[in-house]
Amino acid sequence: MSGSVLYDAPGPRTRRIERIASIVVGLLLVALLVWVIKGMIDRGLFDARWEVFTDPPKGQTAADVWRSLVVIGLGATLRAAVLAAPLAFVLALVLAVLRTSKVRLVSGLATAVIELLRGVPVLLMMLFGLLAFGLTAYEAVVLGLVLYNAAIVAEIIRAGLAALPKGQLEAGTAVGLTRWQTLRIVQLPQVLRLMLPSLISQFVVLLKDSSLGFIVGYPELLRTMQLNYSFFGDQYRFPLFVVTLALYLGVNFALTRVAIIVDRRLAARGQKPEQLEINTEIAIPTNPGRTSV
Amino acid sequence: MDSVIEALPKFWDGFTTTLFLAVVSGVLSLVFGTILATFRVSPLKSLRIVGATLVEIGRNTPLTLVFIFFVFILPSMGYILPLGRVPAIIALTVYTSAFVCEAVRSGINSVNVGQAEAARAIGLGSNQTLSLVVLPQALRTVVPPLINVLIALTKNTSVAAGFAVVELTATGRGLARDYPPDVIWMLLGVAFFYLVITIPSGTLAGYIERKVVFSR
Repeated sequence: MSGSVLYDAPGPRTRRIERIASIVVGLLLVALLVWVIKGMIDRGLFDARWEVFTDPPKGQTAADVWRSLVVIGLGATLRAAVLAAPLAFVLALVLAVLRTSKVRLVSGLATAVIELLRGVPVLLMMLFGLLAFGLTAYEAVVLGLVLYNAAIVAEIIRAGLAALPKGQLEAGTAVGLTRWQTLRIVQLPQVLRLMLPSLISQFVVLLKDSSLGFIVGYPELLRTMQLNYSFFGDQYRFPLFVVTLALYLGVNFALTRVAIIVDRRLAARGQKPEQLEINTEIAIPTNPGRTSV
Repeated sequence: MDSVIEALPKFWDGFTTTLFLAVVSGVLSLVFGTILATFRVSPLKSLRIVGATLVEIGRNTPLTLVFIFFVFILPSMGYILPLGRVPAIIALTVYTSAFVCEAVRSGINSVNVGQAEAARAIGLGSNQTLSLVVLPQALRTVVPPLINVLIALTKNTSVAAGFAVVELTATGRGLARDYPPDVIWMLLGVAFFYLVITIPSGTLAGYIERKVVFSR
C-alpha cells in the first residue's frame, strides 16, 4: 500500500525484497489452496455429482434444476427484497423527517422507534409477524425487512442531513420557505443523491437478510437449494451449495459495483459527502471502493 | 403477563446462551478480523489480494448461508463437526471477522499520512511513530465501529435459532407455542433482553465517537 501511514515509502532495495516476499507468500498460499482442493478431490467432491446441473438423475432435466434455483428460488428472494426496499424507504423518510421535528414529543417518539427497531434482530421481527400477527411467511419476511431497514435508512438520511452545510437550511429560510418546504425542496433532494451509494449498500444488506426466510419457512433461494438436495440426495449438497453461493455473490457484487460507480460519479461532480461516520449497521461501507487517505 | 414471569428462568437460559455465543464468537472474530486486517495493509501484494478476496466473499454472503455451510454442507463432505453451539460459533466468527477487518482497516487508514511524516520529521523512529502517534489515533477511531460490529453480532446470534441452538430467539419461539394467548408478551420479552445488550452498547459507542471527534 503506497503512501501508507504505516510505512515509509520503500526504496528500490525494499521494493525488490517486497516483490520477492510477495511471490514466495503467494506461492505458499497457492500450495495451500491446491492441498485443500486435492483433499476435496480425494473425497470425491468433484466427481459425477456435478452432473446435477447438466444431466440430473430422477427423470429431471437440467432446465428443471436451473429453473428451480434461478427462477423460483432467486426469484422468491428478489420478490421479498424488491417489495421490502421501497416500503422501508418510505417508512424511513417518515421516521427521519419526524425525527427532525421541533415538537419534542414527536422527535422523541421517532428516536425511540428507531432505537427499538435497530436493537432487535430481524429474525425476531419476522417471528412477530409470523406468530403474533398471523401473517404468511412471505408477509412476515417482508415485514421484518421493512421495519429493520427503515430504522437503518432513517439513520442514513439523518446522517446525510447533518452532513449538509448549514447554509442550505439558512438559505431556504431566508427565501421564505417553511421548515417543511426547505426539507422537501432544498435538503432532501441533495441528501438522497449523496446517500445513494449507502442506500444501495443497504439494499445488499436487505437482500442478504431476506435469507432469514429460510428459518421462518419462506421458500426463498436457500430453501430451494435444500429442497433440491433433499430430492436428489446428499451427495448433491456440495455442488448445489456452490452454485447458490455463486448466485448470491453475483447479485451482491453487481449491486456493490453499481454503488461504487455512483459514488465515483458523485465524487467527480464534486458532490462528495464528508466521511460520514454512520452509527448504524456494520455493512455500510462508509466509502465504497475508495481507499481513504 | 403472569406467564411471562413464569417463563423467566427460560428467558434467562436463552439470554445466557445468546451472551455466550456473542462473547465467544466476538473474541474470536476480533482476533481473526485483526489478523485479516494486517493482511489487507501488508506491504506484500499477495497477502493484500487474499485478504481482500476473503473479506469481499464474507461480506456478501448471507449469514444464513454460512450457517447452512457449517451445519448441513460440511458434514456431507465428510468433515464432521459436533452439533449445536460449535458450528454456530464458527459460522458467526467467519462472518463477523470480515466486518471486524474492515473496521480495523478503516481505522488505520483514517490516520492522516501527515501524522506519520510529522513524527518522522521530529526524529521519532518507526516503532515510536507507530506506538506514540499512529496507533493511539487509530485505536480511538476504531472502537466505535467495532462496538457496532459487536452489536450486530449479538443480534446475528439469533440466526442460530434456525440451527438447533436454543438461544433467546429460539426460546421465544418455543414459549410462543407453549402460551398461545401470550405470544406478543413472550416475543416482547425476548426483544427486551436483546435491547438490554444492544441499547447500552450503542450509547457507549456514540459517546466514545463524540469524544474522539472532540480530540481531533
